[in-house]
Amino acid sequence: MIRVVLPFHLRNLARVEGEVEVEVAGPITVGAVLDALEAKHPVLRGTIRDHGTLKRRPFIRFFACKEDLSLEPTDTPLPDAVVKGEEPFLVVGAMAGG
Amino acid sequence: MSTIRVLVGTKKGAFILTADGKRKSWDVSGPHFAGWELYHLKGSAADPNRLYASQSSGWFGQIIQRSDDGGKTWNPPGTKPEDLMGPDGMPKGRSNEFAYEGEVGTHKFYDGSQHPWEFKRIWHIEPSLTDPDTAYAGAEDAAIFKTTDGGKTWKELSALRAAKGHLWQPGAGGMAVHTIIIDPKNPQRIYIAISAAGAFRTEDGGKSWKPINKGLKSQHELPDPDADVGHCVHRIALHPSRPDVLFMQKHWDIMRSDNAGDQWNEVSGNLPTDFGFPIDVHAHEPETIYVVPITSDSLHYPPDGKLRVYRSKSGGNEWEALTRGLPQKNCYVNVYRDAMAVDQLDPCGVYFGTTGGQVYCSPDGGDNWEPIVRDLPAVLSVEVQTLK
Repeated sequence: MIRVVLPFHLRNLARVEGEVEVEVAGPITVGAVLDALEAKHPVLRGTIRDHGTLKRRPFIRFFACKEDLSLEPTDTPLPDAVVKGEEPFLVVGAMAGG
Repeated sequence: MSTIRVLVGTKKGAFILTADGKRKSWDVSGPHFAGWELYHLKGSAADPNRLYASQSSGWFGQIIQRSDDGGKTWNPPGTKPEDLMGPDGMPKGRSNEFAYEGEVGTHKFYDGSQHPWEFKRIWHIEPSLTDPDTAYAGAEDAAIFKTTDGGKTWKELSALRAAKGHLWQPGAGGMAVHTIIIDPKNPQRIYIAISAAGAFRTEDGGKSWKPINKGLKSQHELPDPDADVGHCVHRIALHPSRPDVLFMQKHWDIMRSDNAGDQWNEVSGNLPTDFGFPIDVHAHEPETIYVVPITSDSLHYPPDGKLRVYRSKSGGNEWEALTRGLPQKNCYVNVYRDAMAVDQLDPCGVYFGTTGGQVYCSPDGGDNWEPIVRDLPAVLSVEVQTLK
């Protein structure tokens, strides 16, 4: 199981509390985790990445094990600690100054 | 006795205000979708318990919400468990997918270059007058979409962008279809308006569109003040009994057309300023119209710090200030284009919301006003349902 932490508004939208767990078949990559997340919670489609292009929305960030994976290719394997469920994969709403 | 339900979209969520026909004592429900921008909510005339809402965020994009019980519960269409598996076994979750049809094309950008259309959000949802599952959605960047399955999927009526779309240019507020009016006597005829492109009309349910901007003058905004497109139309309104007569609040100028938009004439008359955003028509008096004058395009607040609704009982030109119950000093709020509505009771109720978070109600056609709520987030839209 891959542990995923969603930002406040997406937890509300998906009607979940705390972390979400998703099962991913095959290589554990950013793209595969997002595919599994959207399959489990279709309401999240279009909110993290664009429907058509599947590109990350501009103010969304992906973190894991204190690394920013936002700009990595989506087929980048996730760290072992995420694969083993020791660390979560974080979907983050980017800071907006003000 | 009737029930009045006021649907309020704000910068930080939606609120539903209900009262009986006296319109004195209000129940406030919300915030729904707390923290999100709710550009617009509107109920179906065919089924008043069917509500549509446009929910959006700079981070997470567009969400469409639907209620089938008058706003008690909401779901993005197509995400209930029974909706999730289609014949192909794949999850749906497409109610927020607004894809431009065909070749995306370009429009004029701020710097004068051509810029590809990019979907940003839905500004306005207009349910069909006869079918609760059919609705139109006005988008930024400017386009109109249609659903026939209760909002589960949306398809662009792309012929609109063929109406000289390459010449449309965003104003400071963005380039959006913010007004959609279905002719109550002929559902094939739809009027829409875009800032800053103008007004457009279809006679065939959206298969073809033509600009209807003759008579509009934009002497300070356009190099050719009589241009076919490019005018900054802020709002259009009509009375259902007379759908050929249109009233318009343009960037500057109040305009009137007596032939479905083929020709417009100015009716600003004695207004203190003819800049503003909303315009609406009394439910039972087709010649009685309301506007909220705003100082100027540079000063988006009422003249002299006095919040005044102006009413014309002659279809324009002669206007009277309505001030009773409205702040007459130190008031510097704005009233957005979708933030005024009327109910169907007699006497007609008139409602508007401000950027200061007040929603005002006049239960007597504008003579007297009272705030229903004072401290909401900035109000983006106000719609009213009159329930039996």
